[in-house]
Amino acid sequence: MKIAVCVKHVPEGAARIDPTSKRLDRSGEGGLNHFDANAVEEALRLKADSDAEVVVVSMGPARAADSVRKALAMGADRALLISDEGVAGSDLVGTSAVLAAALEREAADLVLFGQQASDADGAVLWAAVAERLRRPVVSQAMELSLADGSLRVKRQTEFGYDVIEAPLPAVVAVSDAINEPRYPSLKGIMGAKKKPSETLSLADLGLDAAAVGEAGAKTEVLALGSPPPRGDSRTIEGDGNAAQAILDFLAEKRLV
Amino acid sequence: MTVRASDYPPPFRTREFVAEPADPADERIEVGVLVVGAGPAGLACAIRLGQLLEEHPEVAERLGDVPVAVLEKGKQPGSHLLSGAVVDPRALRRLFRGRFRLEDLPTYGEVHGEAVYVLSRRAALRIPPPPTMRNHGNYVFSLSRLGRWLAERAEEVGATILPETAAEKLLVSHGRALGVRTGDKGRGRDGKELGNFEPGSDLVAKVTVLAEGTQGHLTGVALDHFGLRAAEPQVWELGVKEVWKVAKPLGRVIHTMGWPLRTGARYREFGGSFIYPMGEDMLTIGMVVGLDYRDAELSAHDLLQELKTHPKIRKLLQGGERVAWGAKTIPSGGFHSLPVRLHAPGLLLCGDGVGMVNIPRLKGIHYAVESGRLAAEAAFAAVRRGATPATALSSYDQAVRESFIWSDLHEVRDLRQVFGRGFFVGGALATAMTASKGRLELGKLRAEPDAEQPLLRTNRAARYPAPDGTLTFDKLSSVFLSGNKTRDEQPSHIRVQRTVPREVAELWARMCPAQVYEVGADGGDGTVTVDLAPSNCVQCGAITAKGGRLLPPEGGSGPEYTLT
Amino acid sequence: MSLLVFLEHHGNELQKGSLGVLAKAATLGDPDVAAVLLGGGVRALASEAGTFGAGKVYVAEDDALEPPLPQARVDVLATVVREGGYGTVLFANSVLAADVAAGLSARLEAGLNWDLVDVALQDGTLVGKRPALQDSVSVDVGWRSEPRLALFRAGAFDAVATGGGEPEIEELSVELEEHSRGARVVEQQLEDTSGPSIEDADVIVAGGRGLGAPESFALAEELARALGGAVGATRAVVDAGWYPYSAQIGQTGKTVSPKLYVALGISGAIQHKVGMQSSNVIVAINKDANAPIFEFSDLGVVGDVHEIVPKLTALLEQRRG
Repeated sequence: MKIAVCVKHVPEGAARIDPTSKRLDRSGEGGLNHFDANAVEEALRLKADSDAEVVVVSMGPARAADSVRKALAMGADRALLISDEGVAGSDLVGTSAVLAAALEREAADLVLFGQQASDADGAVLWAAVAERLRRPVVSQAMELSLADGSLRVKRQTEFGYDVIEAPLPAVVAVSDAINEPRYPSLKGIMGAKKKPSETLSLADLGLDAAAVGEAGAKTEVLALGSPPPRGDSRTIEGDGNAAQAILDFLAEKRLV
Repeated sequence: MTVRASDYPPPFRTREFVAEPADPADERIEVGVLVVGAGPAGLACAIRLGQLLEEHPEVAERLGDVPVAVLEKGKQPGSHLLSGAVVDPRALRRLFRGRFRLEDLPTYGEVHGEAVYVLSRRAALRIPPPPTMRNHGNYVFSLSRLGRWLAERAEEVGATILPETAAEKLLVSHGRALGVRTGDKGRGRDGKELGNFEPGSDLVAKVTVLAEGTQGHLTGVALDHFGLRAAEPQVWELGVKEVWKVAKPLGRVIHTMGWPLRTGARYREFGGSFIYPMGEDMLTIGMVVGLDYRDAELSAHDLLQELKTHPKIRKLLQGGERVAWGAKTIPSGGFHSLPVRLHAPGLLLCGDGVGMVNIPRLKGIHYAVESGRLAAEAAFAAVRRGATPATALSSYDQAVRESFIWSDLHEVRDLRQVFGRGFFVGGALATAMTASKGRLELGKLRAEPDAEQPLLRTNRAARYPAPDGTLTFDKLSSVFLSGNKTRDEQPSHIRVQRTVPREVAELWARMCPAQVYEVGADGGDGTVTVDLAPSNCVQCGAITAKGGRLLPPEGGSGPEYTLT
Repeated sequence: MSLLVFLEHHGNELQKGSLGVLAKAATLGDPDVAAVLLGGGVRALASEAGTFGAGKVYVAEDDALEPPLPQARVDVLATVVREGGYGTVLFANSVLAADVAAGLSARLEAGLNWDLVDVALQDGTLVGKRPALQDSVSVDVGWRSEPRLALFRAGAFDAVATGGGEPEIEELSVELEEHSRGARVVEQQLEDTSGPSIEDADVIVAGGRGLGAPESFALAEELARALGGAVGATRAVVDAGWYPYSAQIGQTGKTVSPKLYVALGISGAIQHKVGMQSSNVIVAINKDANAPIFEFSDLGVVGDVHEIVPKLTALLEQRRG
């Protein structure tokens, strides 16, 4: 049994967009995307039950090694970091191609993702990766169990819950309701440095640099601007009619 | 009735934080040398040890899998580092001799010009800088950035950095320091274990180096436990600073004194400001005030906001944007407040934690680096010999006494009479002396701890400018800018009495740059409750100076400074 | 430019979010906006799609499309897009639609921009608007591929009927990929009626220190009930023990973006703001006219929550009958 967990190194602190490249400035401090910590935790929980090997897979700048190390400190067994100048600026099409190529190599029984990247607010990557891997995908998992070569997920939706089963190998994105990520123990932190960690380039994965990164991106940022001011913002004094005024406002906005 | 914060001491006993190892012997984590604090002192120590161990692999061998470990309570090295900072480069040069040039370090360049002003509300009088304030040949740094860089160098020479880990207790057995116990993680507000509770660990070492910086938790514990405190109490100043992106390069370092501080002797408002260039497009501006002030409404944060409204300073910031904010205390007792010894069995003490700051020159980073380097050499010599008898580390005291740290601090020890409270303070004092026609009794100035100052109220807060979100800012948005996103649901790490006279509660509420304290319900008898928001805390340490006690929160809490 | 809109339905109702996107699509200058409806009994819903601007509706009622799972939908959509030559496919964000859009992106090597709040034609080119970095920046995004895939933030557009006529209907045959048959829904539970959780709620009524006392949270709870929403709290009141941490909204609590956020006695410190500023509509009641919350409210009411809120709750209940 092998579980791969895809994790992202995201900027921390006051994030900014570089006005020249129009990309998120990734030169500053960063850390493990906190939604991904839920995915690592879930893998470790499954590992405790099934003796699985847990492999952390990440794509990002060399600094992403910090986040990978954090996942190792939590208890993952080894790591795979795809770090290559050519991947910078990848959009969904490129990122999913790179991750899928790395995951093909690993041939894991289960691929886990966190439900969202806190930097790009993206909540889509797993479905694209699953499509490339041609495997079943289930997202928004708030409970996950494995049995006899298949998985069972309780998925949260806008309307309630679905219980979904799928055969392994499969791809699952977990919600942050699924668990409370553990703190790395001090022993874990100290041991993380010594765990096997491999860094791969695009060439190692047999990928063409023109197909990914900024060069291969199918989307682009055209301009940055200030957010539009809130439409017709207004303030009223709370005289005796304030409640009625609020109700009228809500009715006008079709909120009641 | 005279009210003093020191009459309401925090519920705190040193012995709570001194313990025998608790983990079974086979579960203890053993390291060679344990350094507490990834600041300039601790990292210099780790780097020097790494250099020595690279030269002597047979000694490294004896130190096991982890010859050097550095504990850091912040999210990462640099997260809790804040300083001016104009750095005297000699200690860094010595540490990296033959390895790195100063230009390889993340500096904002050498100081080429400087100016000192005495401010009044509208005007600024330029005065010639006194000799202690000449900064040619010194370098501007962001200490936070420097810390990150030093941490990378330390890892390169084999140190293991353990961030997000608080050193909570000093492990002592048979009178000898054995290491530290790290703080638990994953407790709720009420102290109960949460689902992801992770207990602390006993981390044992042949030598433990405390390099915790100002108001170091275990440094304080060790000074008391081993009876190392000087006869003179330590005293502090509080600095609050911001980093601004600006349109025009500043090009010189500026110090100011006078306004917005008041010169009346009874206020004891001693301090000043610094404005340093950070390359072509940034500057840092800070306000420093001695914590022996008396006005319960004094707020260093709001003084900094007020300072920025001065026409001369507003001009420097015109069209700019505030990009960082932070606060930290500075030990300012100088030579007379240094501990009687800088070592105890198994233990070495470095840097700001023991007050190695040259207040007339406004400098301490080079002493931190130098003391860390010397601690490394003493620790190395001790472990190389194999045995660590009680006196094995006394060579460190010897080395510090022979170093420039000692001679510098000794040289300015009596400037304390006028300049002992720093250049700003000295300047302000000189003004105060003039104003009081010499009635100010200088000899008694620093005889008592900061918390023992009688409190007074003068409606001072009415003068602070209302935050406009462009030039002036409130405390909460500043805390946000510090990157602080501390987990709220954890036990409070701040020890203060929770029912105190209103003046004391107001003192804490105004003093704290991070809005941790609030004046709560009125008890009807002149006392109020003190409400706490500990997750706002940026661990500046002012509360320990002014009648409370700061403990380390869960590892990884607090600010996440990157530019300060 | 030919536009295709992915419509989502639940039970026998087309989802308002996707109808809003359809209505928006109809304003973009394509006379033949088409929609796709996949699942059991969707044929009956097709003519409603016409009234929101769809000239043509593709329908597929295959059993495989009955459960709300994405991959079979990717298979069908990929075929429609290829054969119909659609240049742009629009989605309204949902658990299901996000996965469909991303799967389609990989299948067709097509660019996907998500979290969009608006889209427009600039010199004949499609440009999307996406707020970023906690909505502090607005980013204009474009596509370098055809088809262009766009996923819009929930509630980005009002579902306004365009008055279109009966759409042309085309039935689709369904051929599924092997991996699209893997997942099965074995059980479905609708949310219980105890009220929505704070993360899913369309309406949140949040209380701050201006409520004055923990008992006053009853005001927030009653208003939330009347609006069918959930109750949130600021860090200050959670710190003070007035309300549980699970309801805390802000930097160190939950991040929410409901359609309506009602802030009662909340000053609007940045720590709170970053957790709720992407709410569609913000109504704030605070007696301090200088409270920062008014700077990012759609409706600010300077007044006493204790006076206004009970009246508002009563009016809402009256209205509901």
